[in-house]
Amino acid sequence: MSVRRLAKEQPESFAFNKKSEAEIKFWLAKYPEAKKASAVIPMLWIAQKQEGWVSEPAIRDIATRLEMPYIRVYEVATFYTMFNLAPVGENLVQVCGTTPCMLRGAEDLISVCKKRIGKQHEISEDGKFTWVEVECMGACANAPMIQLANKDGDHYIEDLDAEKFEALLDDLAAGKKVKFGPHSERNASEPHGTEALTDPSLYDGSKAKPIKLPNTEKEEG
Amino acid sequence: MSDDLRKIIVDGEEVEVPNSFTLLQAAEAAGREIPRFCYHERLSVAGNCRMCLVELVGAPKPAASCAMQVRDMRGGPNGEPPAMNTLSPMVKKAREGVMEFLLINHPLDCPICDQGGECDLQDQSVTYGRTGSRFPENKRAVEDKEMGPIVKTEMTRCIQCTRCVRFITEVAGVPEIGMIGRGEDAEITTYLEQAVTSELSGNVIDLCPVGALTSKPYAFNARPWELKKTETIDVMDAVGSNIRVDNRGPAVLRILPRVHEGVNEEWISDKTRYAWEGLSKQRLDKPYVRENGKLRAASWGEALGVAAEKLSGDASKIGMIAGDLCSAEEMKAAKDLADALGVTSIDCRQDGAKIGGGARQEYLFNGTIAGIEEADAILIVGANPRTEAAIINARIRKTWLHNDTQVGVIGEPVDLTYDYEHVGTSAKDLAGLKKKRSGFIKILKDAKRPMIILGAGALTGEDGGAILRAAGDLAASVGAVSEDWNGFSVLHTAASRVAGLDLGFLPGEGGQDTTGMLSGGMDTVVLLGADEIDMAKLDGAFVIYVGSHGDAGAHRADLILPGAAWTEQDGIFANTEGRVQLAFRSVFPKGEAKENWAIFRALSDRLNKTLPYNNLVELRQKLFADTPVLGGIDHAPGAEGAAEFDAKSIGTDGEVGDTPLGSAVSNFYFTNPIARASEALAACAALNDAPAAVAAE
Ligand code: SF4
Ligand code: FES
Ligand code: FES
Repeated sequence: MSVRRLAKEQPESFAFNKKSEAEIKFWLAKYPEAKKASAVIPMLWIAQKQEGWVSEPAIRDIATRLEMPYIRVYEVATFYTMFNLAPVGENLVQVCGTTPCMLRGAEDLISVCKKRIGKQHEISEDGKFTWVEVECMGACANAPMIQLANKDGDHYIEDLDAEKFEALLDDLAAGKKVKFGPHSERNASEPHGTEALTDPSLYDGSKAKPIKLPNTEKEEG
Repeated sequence: MSDDLRKIIVDGEEVEVPNSFTLLQAAEAAGREIPRFCYHERLSVAGNCRMCLVELVGAPKPAASCAMQVRDMRGGPNGEPPAMNTLSPMVKKAREGVMEFLLINHPLDCPICDQGGECDLQDQSVTYGRTGSRFPENKRAVEDKEMGPIVKTEMTRCIQCTRCVRFITEVAGVPEIGMIGRGEDAEITTYLEQAVTSELSGNVIDLCPVGALTSKPYAFNARPWELKKTETIDVMDAVGSNIRVDNRGPAVLRILPRVHEGVNEEWISDKTRYAWEGLSKQRLDKPYVRENGKLRAASWGEALGVAAEKLSGDASKIGMIAGDLCSAEEMKAAKDLADALGVTSIDCRQDGAKIGGGARQEYLFNGTIAGIEEADAILIVGANPRTEAAIINARIRKTWLHNDTQVGVIGEPVDLTYDYEHVGTSAKDLAGLKKKRSGFIKILKDAKRPMIILGAGALTGEDGGAILRAAGDLAASVGAVSEDWNGFSVLHTAASRVAGLDLGFLPGEGGQDTTGMLSGGMDTVVLLGADEIDMAKLDGAFVIYVGSHGDAGAHRADLILPGAAWTEQDGIFANTEGRVQLAFRSVFPKGEAKENWAIFRALSDRLNKTLPYNNLVELRQKLFADTPVLGGIDHAPGAEGAAEFDAKSIGTDGEVGDTPLGSAVSNFYFTNPIARASEALAACAALNDAPAAVAAE
């Protein structure tokens, strides 16, 4: 992560649209009036879903509606990397770069991004992509993985390698629908290519018998 | 939860402390010093610096002592009292570790840092840190942030203690500073780097434990050990904040707060803090006489001669007006001279407030500043405490925040940093309040300790006396004045006012008050540092200005007798509570200027009416003999004599008007000649006038 700042160029104003207003209503209803500041993260998220990013006028608008000082909303928006403080391309590609993914080839995905899309955080020339490196998204068993955010929502795309990833980007650039989830023979996070639990000693309790540890007097239970 | 005492063991020693104490307080009670950065007695607990770690016996990890209470400690398995260690090897190691982490990202730029020599980080790293660093990597750097004309930032030095954030949010009540980003990239900033809009913003400079927030006007001026420190009193408002004036040679270089629980706790307003800048500008350092419309420098001999000649004229056509910054001694000397000359047109109320002359309770802030925290309902009438006495406003905010005190306002509906009920705008609303059944009057009546804060600015009009009566009447009818509580509180704006009223610097038999003197007919008018009057109204009179700064009075004057500013002479001041405090000289008067009382003493000699004192001690003896209340140093009378105080018959009978009650202070930064000469305050004032221009990024 690096220092996060608001974008230099900001729109004049911001207003939630009808669809967003309905969602806001849903969220605000969850909190008592005196604690409505609790809705700040959902509100920022709704603003981002509407505009693609969180602008400065949006921060002020949310602060006013939640009766919070501007700075408090600003703090939240800069704290969470999930909020884009500058506009992004049609497809936001978030590549996990944390150790398990890195060991399984995240660096290859990142070089693809650099080659195909350009610099991190910047919108590609065709306006179709922005990529960023993020920390572990909890899908390490299917490393390496990315999260794709576009008009179809936010989805994990897993078990990638450079080739598959390039093909994926091609499809996205062409406006095609892509497959979410693992891009391998797996359905979810089951072990790769092997049948699981074939050895009965794994589940018949025999492994749980007391064992003798070296250099200990007593038997441990 | 009960606040029972609990026995605990600190470093093997048994102590008994209240359950509500934090471990840090408990350790202090046992005489241990716990290093800390983020913890501050007057702010909420953040627990984010970890410098205060202690060892809890039986616990696997050290605990942050500022964030854990004694009641949460666990005793031993056989009922032994809980124990903590503050000197054990584990604690030493923990402190060294925290210190090392803090220094990883702290620049070692002490030689060019203004905090050097009074830096918590510096001191604590010497005491608790390791000798060397094991960190060969690059340090992080943080861009500096703009925070306005007062606070200079060097954000690479910030250790993210968030004291500044908590102060601005909690005490000052203008939540404008925050921490953005997170982890290594966390940064302290104001929203879009706008200037902080608080009258108390300078306090973050004192609070910042490192050199991240320092004083812009004082930048690179001096090192703390070069300065001579004088503990004294502030005169920028009627609060009487306790301050320390630091000077090097003849120059006052900064002003810092001192702790006084009864007055300013440990805060001061920005005006107090930066008045020193005005002490070296616009100074009157020689006597001047006006010749052919132009001021010409003169000798003291000549000037005193001219003054003596003018003052020996018809006593009924001579007047004296005392300004806002005068010490009791100089007013006493001036009054004694007036008495000797038979001059009765003297007045210490240059604003023309219709107050004084009666019982002392009539013009004091009887509720006392500390008493604000005991009040359960406060009605503010014709005052904007935020600009008139920022420190008192912070107290009101404090009690509003912590005690659910209800606040009402009659006057302008301005932002006071707390919520209040806007009860009305004019004196009519005040007078009519008593007859109401519901609304705020009910809150006042139901309150055990109601307080009515009456701004002196509300009393300057024709109907001032009637407004005073109305306020007193209301106070009496809601039970604000009882045996042990006197909630009738007048908020003055001038440091000199209460002492002036105490010693009777008021028109005598057949004498004119300020308004009278300003309506013409005077031959000679002596202005004792009085600059806030309409000078054009003195047309025709010979004006003698005794004071320190070339402001409105000096521009109008026909004769200038240069006097000392308050930092240049010892003096007695009574604050709005009637608390008498001593101010001490820090530097000598500028050039040929003299201490103000001595000017009147010399003048009396010329007039063959020699005043009966040759030095300040003798003057004070006479002062205390004539006005004994001024001898009770640091004593706020509060509810004393409340039983005999007949609040409903103070002031004068009459109709009150229905013009809106304004505040006495329209521009917080410009209330007196010293403040007006300060560049830092001028910059703040300019910002206030045009906040929008700065807001644009
Ligand atoms: S600027 Fe100073 S007071 Fe504010 S968080 Fe940083 S170190 Fe603490
Ligand atoms: S490391 Fe990539 S998802 Fe956990
Ligand atoms: S003083 Fe306790 S964590 Fe900072």
